[in-house]
Amino acid sequence: MTNLTKEETQALIAEVLEIYPEKAKKDRAKHLTVNDQSVEQSKKCITSNRKSLPGVMTIRGCAYAGSKGVVWGPIKDMIHISHGPVGCGQYSRAGRRNYYVGTTGINTFGTMNFTSDFQEKDIVFGGDKKLAKLIGEIETLFPLAKGISVQSECPIGLIGDDIEAVSKKASKELNKPVVPVRCEGFRGVSQSLGHHIANDAVRDWVLSNRDGDNSFQTTPYDVSIIGDYNIGGDAWSSRTLLEEMGLRVVAQWSGDGTLAEMELTPKVKLNLLHCYRSMNYISRHMEEKYGIPWVEYNFFGPTKIAESLRKIASYFDDTIKAGAERVIERYKAEYEAVIAKYKPRLQGKRVMLYIGGLRPRHVIGAYEDLGMEVVGTGYEFAHNDDYDRTIKEMGNATLIYDDVTGYEFEEFVKKIKPDLIGSGIKEKYIFQKMGIPFRQMHSWDYSGPYHGYDGFAIFARDMDMTLNNPCWGKMKAPWIKDEAAPAIAAAA
Amino acid sequence: MPNVMIRRKPDGKLQFYVAKQDMEETVATIEKDTAEEWGGAIELTDGSKWYIDPISPPPVFPTTLRFKRG
Ligand code: SF4
Repeated sequence: MTNLTKEETQALIAEVLEIYPEKAKKDRAKHLTVNDQSVEQSKKCITSNRKSLPGVMTIRGCAYAGSKGVVWGPIKDMIHISHGPVGCGQYSRAGRRNYYVGTTGINTFGTMNFTSDFQEKDIVFGGDKKLAKLIGEIETLFPLAKGISVQSECPIGLIGDDIEAVSKKASKELNKPVVPVRCEGFRGVSQSLGHHIANDAVRDWVLSNRDGDNSFQTTPYDVSIIGDYNIGGDAWSSRTLLEEMGLRVVAQWSGDGTLAEMELTPKVKLNLLHCYRSMNYISRHMEEKYGIPWVEYNFFGPTKIAESLRKIASYFDDTIKAGAERVIERYKAEYEAVIAKYKPRLQGKRVMLYIGGLRPRHVIGAYEDLGMEVVGTGYEFAHNDDYDRTIKEMGNATLIYDDVTGYEFEEFVKKIKPDLIGSGIKEKYIFQKMGIPFRQMHSWDYSGPYHGYDGFAIFARDMDMTLNNPCWGKMKAPWIKDEAAPAIAAAA
Repeated sequence: MPNVMIRRKPDGKLQFYVAKQDMEETVATIEKDTAEEWGGAIELTDGSKWYIDPISPPPVFPTTLRFKRG
């Protein structure tokens, strides 16, 4: 199918909105738009970061998910208590695939679930005593944990427990940081506020721990990776590139990160910010308080990687600038071979994305390197500053959807008929059953890493493996003859 | 009177960031921008107007300041 024109896309949005009652239609219309690169400010064409409508299927998470699942969870040598009932932590346990090195249960705790397992009596009489006891038990069982964070689930805010007091007291007793995080799930409209709350907790309880302590040997080339959660090893394949060009990575936030790394971050020269949405807050804080500049970068696909390496190098002297060129040159043969192999198989394929954080705009370059085109993209929990950054990346007349509902997404897909969809696990099986190749782009569908040159090779292979899988030609029983065979089947 | 963080962008222009509103705008004009003082009426590239009593000596960016809608 050929691409839609601006008018056709607009008509499509209008058609999909038709089914809603008047009020809902008016509200949802603000979240859907046709991309126009000439628009400078996204607030003119799209509304974001608003409460989802009751009754629609939204794909968002809660503030607790943003704090425990995204920002704090991957800090491997701390124990993160899911404070409240058992489910919030247990059902999300280890689902994000933040890889780390260490011995789980001894000095690292990433895939374990710690919870205060609230019962009725804790709700009625308060859970502060239980929390204090739990922290004591953790200290006995896991003495190598470097710190503890208390991640509040919904009931904590509702019953008015004083986790700050418990944490302060425990912190003194244990002589370790115990960080209370007020990330109750009901706060805000999505996981996005959870990121912000988590950033603020890092700022208030961790970041300044080593102010005035100059025992750490710094170099002029110290940087930190901010907002890389090491999904399937992403931060590692990014880190090797940075180290190869001569930089020293002091901290990884927070994939495979440690408490000590976070405490040392104020000593670096430059913060490299990958996921703008979840960690711009702390980067801005460090810029203001410690004068550390920050720079956004994108390590998906060779074009963007080269651009980013040069951008990062521009903050340093000529050795690093030469280092960046050396790195780009070194991997050239490698990524050119990847493109030569997969581009002919993927050329011209059209992709629709619906993800969170940074990916709806960051992966566009990687698809384009493979000759593919992103025809629709959207964020679960973006704010307007994210859309400001997206408009330039997307082609004109493509579709942009904010907090898309299950219904809208399905209808868009039926009309636009993309060759590949990248979204989350909840969407995966709906679209696969519709006969459309699908990649789960939150945790890379059990694959990865996708960052860096090494990641690009895996990315290309995965996209090819999914798109050109022979199964898409077998969606219909052989005895059912259908004159209009699905377009995807023909490609297989 | 929102708290606004003013920082210098890599291209040298000043960025006007309101955390509460996720608003990232570029400063277009400043009434007073000299070696002695900084502030007064400020206009952003989106056309909105803000005001801050001139500060002297000029603040070091990045910094957080309180602005009034002008
Ligand atoms: S919304 Fe509340 S109860 Fe639900 S997962 Fe989040 S913290 Fe738990």
